[in-house]
Amino acid sequence: MIDKRVASCASAVAKIKDGDTVMIGGFGEAGSPIELIHALIDHGATNLTVINNNTGSGRVGLAALIENGRVAKMICSYPRTANSLVFPELYRSGKIELELVPQGTLAERIRAGGAGVPAFFTKTSVGTPLADGKEQRNFDGEDYVMERGLKADFALIKAKQADRYGNLVFNKTARNFAPIMAMAAATTLVQANEMVELGDIDPENVVTPGIFVNEVIEVSNPQQESKLVKEGVIYPAPVELITNQGDK
Amino acid sequence: MSQATSSTANTVQVGWNREEMAQRCAQDIEDGSYVNLGIGIPEKVAQYVPQGREVIYHTENGLLGMGTAPSSEELDPDLINAGKKPVTAISGASYFHHGDSFAMIRGNHIDVCVLGAMQVSAKGDLANWSTGAPDAIPAVGGAMDLVAGVKTIYIITQHTTKTGAAKILPECTFPLTGQGVVSRIYSDLAVIDVTGDGLALIELAPGISFDYVQERTGVELINAL
Repeated sequence: MIDKRVASCASAVAKIKDGDTVMIGGFGEAGSPIELIHALIDHGATNLTVINNNTGSGRVGLAALIENGRVAKMICSYPRTANSLVFPELYRSGKIELELVPQGTLAERIRAGGAGVPAFFTKTSVGTPLADGKEQRNFDGEDYVMERGLKADFALIKAKQADRYGNLVFNKTARNFAPIMAMAAATTLVQANEMVELGDIDPENVVTPGIFVNEVIEVSNPQQESKLVKEGVIYPAPVELITNQGDK
Repeated sequence: MSQATSSTANTVQVGWNREEMAQRCAQDIEDGSYVNLGIGIPEKVAQYVPQGREVIYHTENGLLGMGTAPSSEELDPDLINAGKKPVTAISGASYFHHGDSFAMIRGNHIDVCVLGAMQVSAKGDLANWSTGAPDAIPAVGGAMDLVAGVKTIYIITQHTTKTGAAKILPECTFPLTGQGVVSRIYSDLAVIDVTGDGLALIELAPGISFDYVQERTGVELINAL
């Protein structure tokens, strides 16, 4: 019997080891698997290489993972966004490495990694500093830069619906990097808003086929990153706050 | 020029304002086009596409058929644009993942992209992602993919920097986004085409002369009025 459902985010992320490469879905907060990320912070794996389009927002989710010193290197296209406070400070003080990749090249590198393609050529970044040191070739009179496929030990993604085979459906633009990250990671962990029965998702409408998915956790009311940021939430809650609450 | 005039020179409207630049650019968006609009003034182009033209807007985070901003009831944090602002989807829209979204861009399927610029060169090189300052956090997003893959790149930009320095130059001094990628520039002063012979001024904003534009441009312009 195939049953990819697991009980908790904590048990799913427990396999992530120090030094692993982790792809994390989401474009800004849309599609960010915030419960899985918080479970990863609790789990404690460190020296991670994280692949995400951005570097998180406020002091929750991906930003909290970075703030807690778990990330040695970010591979992303746009590390500077409104409310991204944590990454710029660490980057300026040389405490985190950055590999800056054009967004489409990042997506294609992930897709290539998932499809068994070790490298490909693209016109994107030709003649720019981001092509420095990369092999170039001319095809049919045009210059192209060689880019490497990207793989990961784990992908953490968020879906709208999942079944026990791991078939996934996403919500609107929260889909973004999730389907290709599911393909490129050795182990893909999914938090789904809703678990459904086999057959409930029309095969014509399956976006990510279950073969790309390893474990699924139902998180029926996921937290909303922008709401947490607005409320000034810090993850994990600072110790003095917890103590104060205990005193009451 | 009187003392009073020069002291308010920064605030006096000369040439096209931001809305008018967007409006002028929108006249060149053809019926049936698939269009990607950059953040800032380019976003405004959608408001001014002439009636009767059907245009589909692509946002690279994964939506074809982007609509207007949502009402508070429609607002969904999972439905945003590339600037991470909430949007709506039109009837007939589609969602897709980043691989497909950038295949639309990199595979030459998007007809027009409108972007802002820090600098544009005489050969149509574009610099719009970094000033190259050593303490800056580098961030590129989809700009390099858009200029490399979209068929036509339109630039909307102020003609000069806030301090009056030329942004249209023989060579860009900032790191490039792409080489020879710009088709047309819509500034507050003029519309300029990038041609094989150089930069051709094809239209002036009301009350602006060719010489006025030339004085504020770092390269010799071809008068194609």
